[in-house]
Amino acid sequence: METPKLEIKDVGKIFKTKSGETTALEKTSFTIKDGEFVTILGPSGCGKSTVLRIVAGLEEATSGQVLLDGQPIDGPGPDRGMVFQSYTLYPWLTVKENITFGLKLKGSSQKERDDLAQYYLQLIGLEGFEKHYPVQLSGGMKQRVAIARALANDPKVLLMDEPFGALDAQTRNIMQEVLLKAWEKSKKTILFITHDVDESIFLADSVHVMTARPGRLKRNVPIALDRPRDFSVKGTPEFAQYKEELLSLIREESLKSI
Amino acid sequence: MLGKLFTPKKEISKKLYSSVGIITFILVLAIWSILTYGGFVNALFLPTPTAVLSTGIDLFVNGNLLSDIGISFSRVLVGFLIAAAIGVPLGILMGSLKIMQGAFEPIIGFIRYMPASAFIPLLILWIGLGETQKMSVIFLGTFFQLTLMIMDVTKNVQNDLIDVSYTLGASKVQVFTRVILPASMPGIVDTLRITFGWAWTYLVVAEIVGASSGIGYMIMQASRFLQPDKIIVGILIIGLLGLMTDMLFKAIYRKSFSWMRKDGM
Repeated sequence: METPKLEIKDVGKIFKTKSGETTALEKTSFTIKDGEFVTILGPSGCGKSTVLRIVAGLEEATSGQVLLDGQPIDGPGPDRGMVFQSYTLYPWLTVKENITFGLKLKGSSQKERDDLAQYYLQLIGLEGFEKHYPVQLSGGMKQRVAIARALANDPKVLLMDEPFGALDAQTRNIMQEVLLKAWEKSKKTILFITHDVDESIFLADSVHVMTARPGRLKRNVPIALDRPRDFSVKGTPEFAQYKEELLSLIREESLKSI
Repeated sequence: MLGKLFTPKKEISKKLYSSVGIITFILVLAIWSILTYGGFVNALFLPTPTAVLSTGIDLFVNGNLLSDIGISFSRVLVGFLIAAAIGVPLGILMGSLKIMQGAFEPIIGFIRYMPASAFIPLLILWIGLGETQKMSVIFLGTFFQLTLMIMDVTKNVQNDLIDVSYTLGASKVQVFTRVILPASMPGIVDTLRITFGWAWTYLVVAEIVGASSGIGYMIMQASRFLQPDKIIVGILIIGLLGLMTDMLFKAIYRKSFSWMRKDGM
C-alpha cells in the first residue's frame, strides 16, 4: 500500500484550565492521499480548527503525531501552506509582493518570482491587480490572493481554515469554483475546514464529519460526484442525497452543542 | 440641518470642519483682545496681542531668540532621539517576547509615575549642569511612556499574520524583520509624533534650573523681570515648534503609509 500524503495518528488535544482539564480533541486518526481534497465538517467549537492548526504545526498535540510523506512534522513549515478565515495579506505589500512573499524568503530569482506571480494571478483571475494593495481589494479578492500566495510557495499540502467563512453567499459560491479550478490545475493535497454542508460536499473527495465537545471524527463520507464540478452539480439529486445524509449527522451534533 | 451636526459620529463637510477650527482660534484671540484692549485686566498680567507681537519681532531682530530656539531645539531633539533609539527596539521586543515584557514592564510601569522634574536635583548631582543634564530630563520625560506605547503597538499585530508567515517559511528572525516590524511601523511613527510633543512640554522644566540659554531660560528670566509679553512669546514659540514637528510627522506618515488608504495616494 502506498504511503498516504498526510497521516494524522491518534492526535489529541487537552487544554489545561482553572477548573481542570478540557478535552478539545479526542484521539483522532485519518489519512489523506496525494492529490486528495478532504473537508472536515463540524459545528462551531468542535475542535476542527484545532486539528488543522496541529497539522500546520502552529499548535502542539497532547498526544499522537502527524506524518507528512511518512515523516513526523516538527513545528510549522513551508511544506504545509495555510489559508485563514481572517484576512492575512500583508497590508504593506502589493498583491504581487504578497504572492511572492514565500518565494522571496526562499531566495528565488526575480525572474522566477515574476513568472510565478503572473501564473497564479491568472489562475485566480486577478490579472491587472498585481500593483494593488490589499486595502483596495474586496474580501473575495483578498482570499483569492491568499490562496495564490499559499500555492505559489508550492507546499506539499494546503490547509484551509474556513477561508470563505467571512464572505457573502454569492462570493462564497464563486470562490468555491475558483478554488476547485486552482486545485485541478495544481493537483495539491487539500485539507479544508468548514461548517457549511454544501461547501463540504461540493469541494470534497471525502467529508469527515466531526462531533462537538469533545471533538471526535464521527463519520467519513466519500463523495462520488463527477469531476470537474461546477455550480450546477449542487442541483442534482445525488448532491441532495449527500446533503441530507450530512445534515442529519451534523444536526445531532449541533443539537448537543447548543 | 442642525440635527445632523449633533448626531454622534456623523461626517460633516471638510470645509465646515476646518472653518470651525479657525473660528475657535479667532474666538480665543477675540477674548484676549477684549480683556486687554478693553482694559479689563492689568497689562502687567496680560499684555495686548500687539504688544506680544512687537516684543516677538524685537526679540527676533535684536535679541538672541533664534539662537535660543536653536539651543532648545537641539536639546529636545537629542533627548528625544536617544529615548526613541532605546525605546523603540525595547518596546518592539517587549511587545513580541513575553520574557522581555515580564522583565521590563513592571519596572517601567513603576518609573513612569515618578515625575521627571523631581529627578532634576539628582541629575545635577550626578552629571552637573551641562547639556547632558537638560537632555536627560527630556529623556526621562519621554522614554518610559514611549517604550510602553511601542509595546502596545507591537502587541496589536494580528496573530494570524504571524502564523501565516511561519507557514510561508519565515524563520523567527524573519517574522520580526519582515512582519512585526513593517506591521508596527505606522503605529511607531504615530507614537513618535505624540511623544515628541511631550518632549517639548518637558523643555521648560529642563531649562528652569541651571540654564543660561534656551527658550525655557528666556521665559524664566522674563518672569523675574516682570515681562509677561516675553513669557507669552516664549510659550507661543514652543507651541508653534511643537505644531510644526507634529505636522512633519503627519507628512511622513502620509507619505510612507499610502498602502493604508483606499485611493492609494
